[in-house]
Amino acid sequence: MDEILEILSKDARITPEEIARLTKKDANDVKKAIKSYEKDGTIVKYKAIVNQDMIKDSKEWVRALIEVSITPQKDVGFENIAERIYNFPEVSSCYLVSGTYDLLVVVEGDSLHTVSSFISSKLAPMQNVRSTATHFLLKKYKEDGHIFKKSPQGKRLNISY
Amino acid sequence: MDFKLSKKVEELAPSGIRAFFDLVLGMKDVISLGVGEPDFVTPWNIREKAIYSLEQGYTSYTSNKGMVELRKHISVFLKKRHGIEYDPEEEILITVGVSEALDLAMRAIINPKDKVIIPDPSYVAYAADVDLAYGIPVRVATDIKHGFKLNPRVIDDAAKKGAKALLLNYPSNPTGASYSRKELEEIAKVIKKREMIIITDEVYDELTYDFEHTAFPRLKGMKEHVIYLNGFSKAYAMTGFRVGYACGPRKAISAMTKIHQYTMLCVPITAQMAASEALKNGFKSVQEMKREYKRRREYIVGALNEMGLPCHTPEGAFYVFPSIESTKESSGEFAKNLLLSQKVAVVPGTAFGKDYDGYVRIAYASSYDNLKEAAARIKKYLEKK
Repeated sequence: MDEILEILSKDARITPEEIARLTKKDANDVKKAIKSYEKDGTIVKYKAIVNQDMIKDSKEWVRALIEVSITPQKDVGFENIAERIYNFPEVSSCYLVSGTYDLLVVVEGDSLHTVSSFISSKLAPMQNVRSTATHFLLKKYKEDGHIFKKSPQGKRLNISY
Repeated sequence: MDFKLSKKVEELAPSGIRAFFDLVLGMKDVISLGVGEPDFVTPWNIREKAIYSLEQGYTSYTSNKGMVELRKHISVFLKKRHGIEYDPEEEILITVGVSEALDLAMRAIINPKDKVIIPDPSYVAYAADVDLAYGIPVRVATDIKHGFKLNPRVIDDAAKKGAKALLLNYPSNPTGASYSRKELEEIAKVIKKREMIIITDEVYDELTYDFEHTAFPRLKGMKEHVIYLNGFSKAYAMTGFRVGYACGPRKAISAMTKIHQYTMLCVPITAQMAASEALKNGFKSVQEMKREYKRRREYIVGALNEMGLPCHTPEGAFYVFPSIESTKESSGEFAKNLLLSQKVAVVPGTAFGKDYDGYVRIAYASSYDNLKEAAARIKKYLEKK
């Protein structure tokens, strides 16, 4: 992976000037590279990873992983049905997978009720959906490479040879 | 009772900056650029292997030389990575870090008053180890103008005056200086000509940024002259595991093993298990950490030079050794004042040799955010002066 992308994947807030300094590149070249990555969709968007558990005033937040089995359609396979599913705003992620089911769909909502009613009224009855198995997420340990448990810092001595 | 100590130990110079170290250790919320170890935690697969070995009941002694499996891994790794060949049975000894290996090497080769050349600025243990083995450390200075590199002529001069061995650390703690293959060949010529022993501490070898590291025994005709020391602390962020190793001619390793078996017996088995795993599956982590260090180096070298603390670009390790002469302070004063006013810790240059009062050692084994904040504080300190 290009070094610029590697650095941005770790910290999206870092400025092009800083990247230029860290990689000994010209700042304008870095800016150009980032622009081109944004344009061609290599960089999709910049967002913060929020730990929902830490938000005091947030409503309940529910996430479910749903295994969806589908009857593929002639010529288009899973594409059309996948599109119908991922276009719902409740769906935060949607993957085609190998194994005993076809689509892994991640659904989010502000209550158990919202999520389950989406599944029962929208997802499960959909034509070509053969079956669903829903797993409500109980605890997030790690996401996108980030571990949520705060690790105690500073185990090194403050000074040593 | 008058508790009579060994004269040798009594005369051994204590580190002059102990008081400063105590001051740092007593303060809170310090951004420390004074730490001589990686800021990364040991990669998980290595830690997990250590835990698993305990669960499996591996809690016994191992062979004095270290577990055969680990010695074999090291032998294969050295061949593949550096093109050097050592027999795991007779030419490799597992030690408690490079520190023990260094002590063993000194005790194995030194007769009273034998001279060992140490290029300054140098890691604090080198001169002390020579001294404790009843040898005489011959400290030779290197300077910022020449990138803190040792001039082969200086070795030749010292050899003419009877120096038996050279202790060379590259990449270096505290300067980060390292040597290209060509530069090492020049040193090798003198070693050959004067029939000297050379002990190389190459523990920072994986953290070489601008060229490929050349292991000294790789150089033509050098294997019989070298005691090669390396370890897991820096490359694999395993300082607390304390595992290093020495490779060298059968005669040297056998002598070192003799001392080791009476003093240390063996390296803790848990640490040896972890080291095995590091060699089997740890290389990707090493490369990731190296890339990160390199970026930090670009940042800190640029920042220091811009704020008027000139420094040579270190070729390796995670240290820079900037000159603070422009501040007109001694390195001790600079470090203490910077700590008290800005809460940034650095190590005074005098810790590494008496001629380096115009320098401090800055370790960039700290997160980029920390480095940025520390650089801003050092700048503020300089501006207030």
